[in-house]
Amino acid sequence: MAMTTLPERVRKDFPILDREVHGKPLVYLDNAASAQKPLAVIEGQREYLANYHANIHRGAHHLAQLATEAYEGGRSKIAAHINASGTEEIIFTAGSTDAINLVAQAWGRANLTSGDTVLVTRMEHHANIVPWQMVCAEKGAQVVPVNVLEDGTLDLDDYRRALEQHQPKLVGFVHASNTLGTINPVSELTALAKKAGAVTLIDGSQAVPHLAIDVQAIGCDFYVGTGHKAYGPTGIGFLFGRREILEAMPPWRGGGEMIKRVSFDGTTYNGLPHKFEAGTPHISGGIALGIAIDWINGVGVEAITAHETALVQHAHAALGTLPGLRIIGTATEKVGVVSLVVDGLHPYDLGTLLDGQGFAVRTGHHCTEPLMDHLGLESGTLRMSFAAYTTREEIDRAVIALERAINMLR
Amino acid sequence: MSTELIASRQNDVIEEFALFDEWMDKYEHLIELGKDVPAIDAGRKTDDHLIKGCQSRVWLAADEGEGGTVHFSADSDAIITKGLVGLMVRVLSGADAKAIAEADLHFLDAIGLHQHLSPTRSNGLASMVQQMRLYAAALAARRA
Repeated sequence: MAMTTLPERVRKDFPILDREVHGKPLVYLDNAASAQKPLAVIEGQREYLANYHANIHRGAHHLAQLATEAYEGGRSKIAAHINASGTEEIIFTAGSTDAINLVAQAWGRANLTSGDTVLVTRMEHHANIVPWQMVCAEKGAQVVPVNVLEDGTLDLDDYRRALEQHQPKLVGFVHASNTLGTINPVSELTALAKKAGAVTLIDGSQAVPHLAIDVQAIGCDFYVGTGHKAYGPTGIGFLFGRREILEAMPPWRGGGEMIKRVSFDGTTYNGLPHKFEAGTPHISGGIALGIAIDWINGVGVEAITAHETALVQHAHAALGTLPGLRIIGTATEKVGVVSLVVDGLHPYDLGTLLDGQGFAVRTGHHCTEPLMDHLGLESGTLRMSFAAYTTREEIDRAVIALERAINMLR
Repeated sequence: MSTELIASRQNDVIEEFALFDEWMDKYEHLIELGKDVPAIDAGRKTDDHLIKGCQSRVWLAADEGEGGTVHFSADSDAIITKGLVGLMVRVLSGADAKAIAEADLHFLDAIGLHQHLSPTRSNGLASMVQQMRLYAAALAARRA
């Protein structure tokens, strides 16, 4: 008796997967850029806007109470999902980029001084490089990268050496690389950084949709994630920070919501998490991100991880049959990301010809230019990235479509 | 005269592409054009002439010709972009500067390849067209 596969169970939740592009059925393989939304998320946002929209936290009326409960419910779901020790450790942000900028500006400006080092890796997304360069330039500190090996894993020897040599104030690294798929040994990296006396920040943008996360077990100080890659809406994400470190951090943006009392003689700030949430937030986003997390848990994060691991293995094997094709990032532990290049061909041409056949992939440097430079990939890569609804058949068809594209270009 | 020249060249391209109904056939033709297009002189494929798209790179050289005309040559590291760049050069090169600056470029729309001019494609084509117009406008202004 054949068991139902994960995609068979979940595809009905994603209306967009039934559409066509250029007259061909859509095959969506750009999930690392943004995942599609299940009906529950779409409906949940609509339901809020249609039935209980109001500004949160301050209204004495019924709708304000409903909206506040739903929004704070989203926060509780995030806290539970990553095993934070309390909801006050979860700050809603516009996304991962916004969360890292918050830490760089609030923690960084208070703690970095001239001569300090922020250690990151060469596989970071620009979002975990540029905010540090900005604050370091202001403070006379430096951003130092840790090397990445040929197979797309982090050079642990270089990491240990850099910790020793630079005694960084903060170490930042991706949980999983958006370009290579590599899953970093985050607990080990965190433990080593802590031993060297550094504060740790993990960019979990690519991990939240694919992996079970336990920030207490990892032991990190900060962990950031974004909603839209995890089946939720755009414009919403989160910063996890350990309570003590968040309490010691000054606020970044000022305004309503984040204050206890305002007067021209002096203003006092609100407690956690609101101290870092100035202004009216993305209420529907917070609610819908909670629904997206419910959806992930309903499907089962372990089932998603297992499914995507199998897809990556299948894709590696199937793509390996195409002559001149090289997979970029062959770590043993990967999320559902497969980057590739084909000898003599430009990723943009391949991506365009895949688009013409109904396949959505990403080409270019994937906002990881230092990594592309390091690997000598001037034109970037073509990246296929998977989600819970991706099927083996879609990957097989993508391989055939890619072969056709290669033949057209040769 | 040059306005008509640009219009008639655009019509030629539209007729040429009318032979292909299928998206992929159109691209096959574009790729052939990309392989054939006379590339920019190697000596001019320098950073001075580089227009950086996010995804593919385009090089453009412009020269003043006789009677206020402009001659273009261009290249790209991606074949499809190179085909598109070649079409743009074919339509505009040798025309009068003022006509280039004011040209109503509708042929990409007509052959269903307009998405390549969209900023989201980041292939350098839109920036190249802008550069062509700027060069032509500056030349036209000098001669006015």
